[in-house]
Order: sequence, then structure tokens, then C-alpha cells
Amino acid sequence: MGFVFSAILYITLAVFVIGTLRKILRYASTPAPLKIPTTPAPTTRSGVVMRLGREVVFFESLFKASKWTWVFGWLFHAGLLLVLLCHLRYFTEPVWWWVALLAPFSPYAGLMMLFGLAGLLARRFLVDRVRYISAPSDFLMLLFLMAIAGSGLAMRYWLHADIIQVKRFALDLLSFDFGYLAFNPVLALHLLLVAVLLLIFPFSKLLHAPGLFFSPSRNQVDNPRERRHVAAWAKSHDTDRAEKSRG
Amino acid sequence: MAKPPEFEIADLGDYVYTPPVMPDSMAHSQPYVANETHQQAIGFPGELIDNWQEVAVEKLGELTKKYRGLQVYLDSCVKCGACTDKCHYFLGTGDPKNMPVARQDLLRKVYRRYYTLPGKYFPKLVGAEDLTEDVLDEWYKYYHQCSQCRRCSVYCPYGIDTAEVSMAAREIMDTVGKGQKYCNEIIGKVHKIGNNLGLPEKALANTLEGLEEDVLEDDGVPVKFPLDVKGADVLLVTPSADFFAEPHIDGLIGYAKVFHQAGLSWTVSSHASEAANFGLFIGSYDNMQKMALRIREAALELGVKRIVFGECGHAWRVGYSFLNTLAGPFDFLDANYPVPQHIIEVTHELLEQGRIKLDPEANDDKRVTFHDSCNVARASRMGSQAGGQFVLPRNVIKAACNHFFDMRSDTIGEATFCCGGGGGLLTDDLIELRTKGALPRMQALKEVNEQHQITHMAAICAICKSQFAKVLPYYGFEMDQIISVHQLVGDALVMDTEH
Repeated sequence: MGFVFSAILYITLAVFVIGTLRKILRYASTPAPLKIPTTPAPTTRSGVVMRLGREVVFFESLFKASKWTWVFGWLFHAGLLLVLLCHLRYFTEPVWWWVALLAPFSPYAGLMMLFGLAGLLARRFLVDRVRYISAPSDFLMLLFLMAIAGSGLAMRYWLHADIIQVKRFALDLLSFDFGYLAFNPVLALHLLLVAVLLLIFPFSKLLHAPGLFFSPSRNQVDNPRERRHVAAWAKSHDTDRAEKSRG
Repeated sequence: MAKPPEFEIADLGDYVYTPPVMPDSMAHSQPYVANETHQQAIGFPGELIDNWQEVAVEKLGELTKKYRGLQVYLDSCVKCGACTDKCHYFLGTGDPKNMPVARQDLLRKVYRRYYTLPGKYFPKLVGAEDLTEDVLDEWYKYYHQCSQCRRCSVYCPYGIDTAEVSMAAREIMDTVGKGQKYCNEIIGKVHKIGNNLGLPEKALANTLEGLEEDVLEDDGVPVKFPLDVKGADVLLVTPSADFFAEPHIDGLIGYAKVFHQAGLSWTVSSHASEAANFGLFIGSYDNMQKMALRIREAALELGVKRIVFGECGHAWRVGYSFLNTLAGPFDFLDANYPVPQHIIEVTHELLEQGRIKLDPEANDDKRVTFHDSCNVARASRMGSQAGGQFVLPRNVIKAACNHFFDMRSDTIGEATFCCGGGGGLLTDDLIELRTKGALPRMQALKEVNEQHQITHMAAICAICKSQFAKVLPYYGFEMDQIISVHQLVGDALVMDTEH
């Protein structure tokens, strides 16, 4: 199972990294030809950093919009972050001190994820407006993430995986070795689902993660009267016309 | 009074109420399609072209490469539902395609089908669809049920702005020959004559002359309404509705009195006799820039030092946010003033400096509330502080009248509701949509009215003023309860008759 999963994870990780980088490059290289921050907007660069920071950390806009979605969404994402950080203990030797400090909270973080996801899923079924806008993939995505969190928790409380072996496997992955992994159905499911998640990330709505940082309504400085903001594609006729109207 | 409408008007409840989803309840609503003349005058094919499907898909791809916003917005939506109860057209109609995310999805499903892997191979799974004639019809209907007010973009966790999506959709439709008559005819008039109304120079001169006589008669003050005066300090660019429509015209009189009393020399230009820029509504950079350049040309021609915009919502968006980019640099103007300035900024500054005085008792017969216009609120600014667009107009109103009361906090400021007629929808063929879309604002007005016996709602947007004058009666208010902020200013201004 070690060889197969090493191969799967390398391939899906490559797709994830290359696919997401390609998207990010695309976002970064596509011009935003006009200033369109949703106002009131910060008038300085540092103000924009703060605005984006509040969006990333507190989900500020979502908080204004819907407290239920905010609670469930925030719990899920905060849980996910904690769980990811706790997983670093499989990839570090010796384990970084702050990762060790977080480790005891890992199961609670997993439960936070599950609780948040269940709430979001309930909204998709129960709120007629949200049901209307949901495609099959929107339900599947939530179930999928629940399965990842659930299989992780299952290994903690029920069908234990050999943690020592998993860690060796993980460290081997980092040094491009194909390590050994004894067959464990829950672990296999967990790793497979993660691999699929990596695979679909660059092609799905999971792109909201990098997307936020490139959203002109959130990342632009409100200074259009002080500074012109001419996109490359608008430049040629810009100078043409400006010259003509000057003459 | 208004004729009884052919559609049902909801009772104004006690609060803004989210309706249940009622599919297709507005599927019959669509504006007149532009004819060949209107289309060709602004650079688009006269009728639906044969290979429209192919061209539309290609144009969509082109736009995602030209506008980062569009690309990010089409990719990023997670269907969280935060926006679903934020659009006034959804709140007023219950049609689920008027939920911002569903409106975006009309375009997004086509984007997914042609430009993403899952959409190409698993269209059903991710809600991707071919661009068919039915889809085009849906686009035409529902992208003309969006007033591009950006309220949804405030609440979206990624700032997805449906206005950008609906502008892109309209540009695609224009490109394949299915444009909207109202917007495209008007843009043609601006290119040809200089304003939305098609008011030629002579008519404009007569109107302004008439206004001078009216003000002299009413107030005994020789307030001038100058046209094409070379060497004036200020070029006033104002929506052409200000020249003749009620209640707009009283706002224009207000600006003129302010200029007169402050001793500022100013002029209107017959070449740039329009602040509105409907190029924004159809998402056409070219048309928007062409109209913006008329303002630059007029400023150069007349040799003015400053550009000031009159009360108009989206015009102020284009003025504040885009003018410098589209038609700048304005290095030939006086660098001591921002370009352009809003008339509210001018009046506010003059008040602060004590160069004009207002006597609020002159408006003691009025109890006033203020409608934040969507494009001013969420797409521009006034003054140097973020949020000045909310503070400055209120300061001016409070200086001009003693009885001012705000509507509920979640219906003003950045959360303000569109009047229901913005974004190129202020046309009689959409009157049902306009009336229903005004519902949330009317509910808030009713509430403040019950608490504070409001007599007037002031606004700083030509579209808001026209829209409210039309729809207020449907909800049991009087059409003349909507007024210009500068009408309040004009009436309260202490005039120096010796001037």
C-alpha cells in the first residue's frame, strides 16, 4: 500500500501545485482595468492588507451577511487549519514545539470541522434559497470533506492506524522515498480522499482560497482621483484619444 | 396619480421580509431589444448574428482575460448563500434567479461548460450548461433585472460583484447583436448630441435662460446659469435630467445659488452636457471612455480650472472612480482640487469655510430622511476619509434643515437599497420590476415615516429621483416627497441680494 499511495500522492500533489500555481499566475497576470473596490474602502495599501486580513481571519463580510453561515463556515475553516497544523507532526522530526503544543487539540479541531460541515450541509437542504443554488457537486464537496474528517477521527478513536509507521511513511515521502505502509482500510480511505481533494482543487470552487486575494472589490486601494489606473490593453487607445482631445 | 398597475403590489410589511423562492415569477420581464440603428450607432451588430453562439463563447473567454475581477468571480463562488437575501429585486419578487448567486450562475454555468475541465467532462455534476437560445433568453431577462447596485458585493466573503458579471453579460449580448434599447439608444444620443435626452445646444440655452428668469422672479437674485463660458473656473457636469425633470431641476437651481453666493465663476458645457455615463451599464469600456473624453474635451475647450459633478449616482461612480483613468491626466486643471469634485463636496467645503450660510429654519416645514444612492455608497467616496460619501451629504442636509432622521441602519450607508431603477433599468417597459424592486426601500421609508412623520426623502441621484417620483405613489406616498439635496440647500441658502 506504501508504494501505491506514494505514487498517488506525488501525482495528485503535482497536479495541485501546478494547477493552482497556473491559476494564481493567471489571476496575477490578468489586469483589473478599472478601480472597483467595494466602498467604503481603505485609502492606503496597509489598509487593504488589514481589510484582507479581516476577511481571511474573521470572514468579516460573511459575518455581516448571515450569522449561521458564518458560525458554521468559520468553525469548519478554523478546525481545518488546526487539523492541518497538527498533521505537521507526521512530517517533522523532531516535532516542532508549537506543533506538539497544538497536538492535544487535534480531535476537537476534527469535531469542529465535522460540526461546521454538518451545519453547512443542513443549510443546503433546509434553506430554500440555498437549496436552489446548490449543484450536486456542492453537496458532494461537503460530504467529501466530512468523510475526510470522519475517517481521520475514526482512526483516532476506533480503527487505529500504526502512527509510527504512518510517520515514517510521511517522512519518506518528504525525502522522495517510497516507504512501507501496512493496509488499513480507514487510512486508505483517508489518504485516497485527500488525494482526490488535491486533484480537484485547481478546477473547482476550492479556488475561492487564492481567489479572495485577487478580488479587485477587496484588494484595491481607493485612490482613483489621485492615481490613474490604466490597464495594458486599454493603454494604446488611451494615449491615442487623450492626444487627440489634447490637440 | 399613477394609473392602477397590471401587476400586484405587495403590502408594506413591518420589516424587510425575505420571501420564499418562487421560480420564474419574473420570467416574463424583459426590456425592449435595441434596433439596428441603436446598435450600429455604438459599434455593435444590428441584429442577432448567425454564429452568435460561437462569438458569445469566445467573447466570454476574451473578457475573462481582460478583467481579473470577472475571472476571479466566476471561479471563486462557493454557493454559500450569503448573498441570496440581499438583492432588492429578489426581496421584491421572490424570483430565485434574482438572487445574486443565481444571476451570476447564468453566466457561470456557460463559463464552466466551455472553460473548465469538470464542466467539459461532468457538466451535470457541477451545474455546467451549453449556451443555447434558452440560455441567451435567460441572460437577456435576468441581466436586465440587475441594477448593478453592488449590495451583494458587500456581503460576499470574496467580494464577488454581480454588477461586474451583469456588465460582462450585457457586453457579450451587445457583441452578438442583442442589446437593450433603452441604454443603447441613450448612449447613441450622447455620442451624437452630448446628453441622454438629446437636448441640443439651443434648447439647453433656452432652458438655462428660463431658469435665470424663474430664480430672479422667485428670489429677486440675479443668479446666472452660464453655458459654454470660456475662462470660467468651474465646469459643472450634471445629469441632463437636472435641466428639465422634477424634482431634479430644483437641485440644479440649488447648485447655481451656491456658486452665485460663493462668488465662483462656473459654466455648463453643451459638448459635455451629461454626467450620466450609460457605457458603465452595458460594460463597454470603449463607449464609457468615449463619453468620458467629452468631459476632458469640454474642460480643455473652455479652459476651466475645476470639474464639478452634479447629483447623479452612477455618474459619480464613473466620475470619481474612472474619469481620471479613462480621460486623464487632468494636469491642466488646478491641482488644489480633486478631479472631479462632487457638488456636495463643494457645498460642504464652502459651509466649513463660512463662505456660504444656510438658514435651516427655511426648511422647517420639512421632516427629511436621506436615501443613500447605491453607486455613491458602494462605488465611490466623497472627501478624504473612507465613508465620507455617507457623512458629507448628511452634514449638508443637517445644515439645511432642522428635522433630519435616518432610516434603519441596515437599509442605509453601505447596506443601502437601490431605488429599483438603476443600472439602465429606468424604462417604462420594466415598470413592474422597478416597482417591485423598490419594495425594501419603501418598507424602510414607511418605518421611519411612522416613527418620525417624514415629509420628504432627499437623494443625490437623477435615477433615484425619477424612479421614486414614479413608484412612490404605488406605495401610498406622494410623488413629490422625493427631493434633491440641493433643493434643501437652495431653499435654505442665505442670499446676499447686493451680490
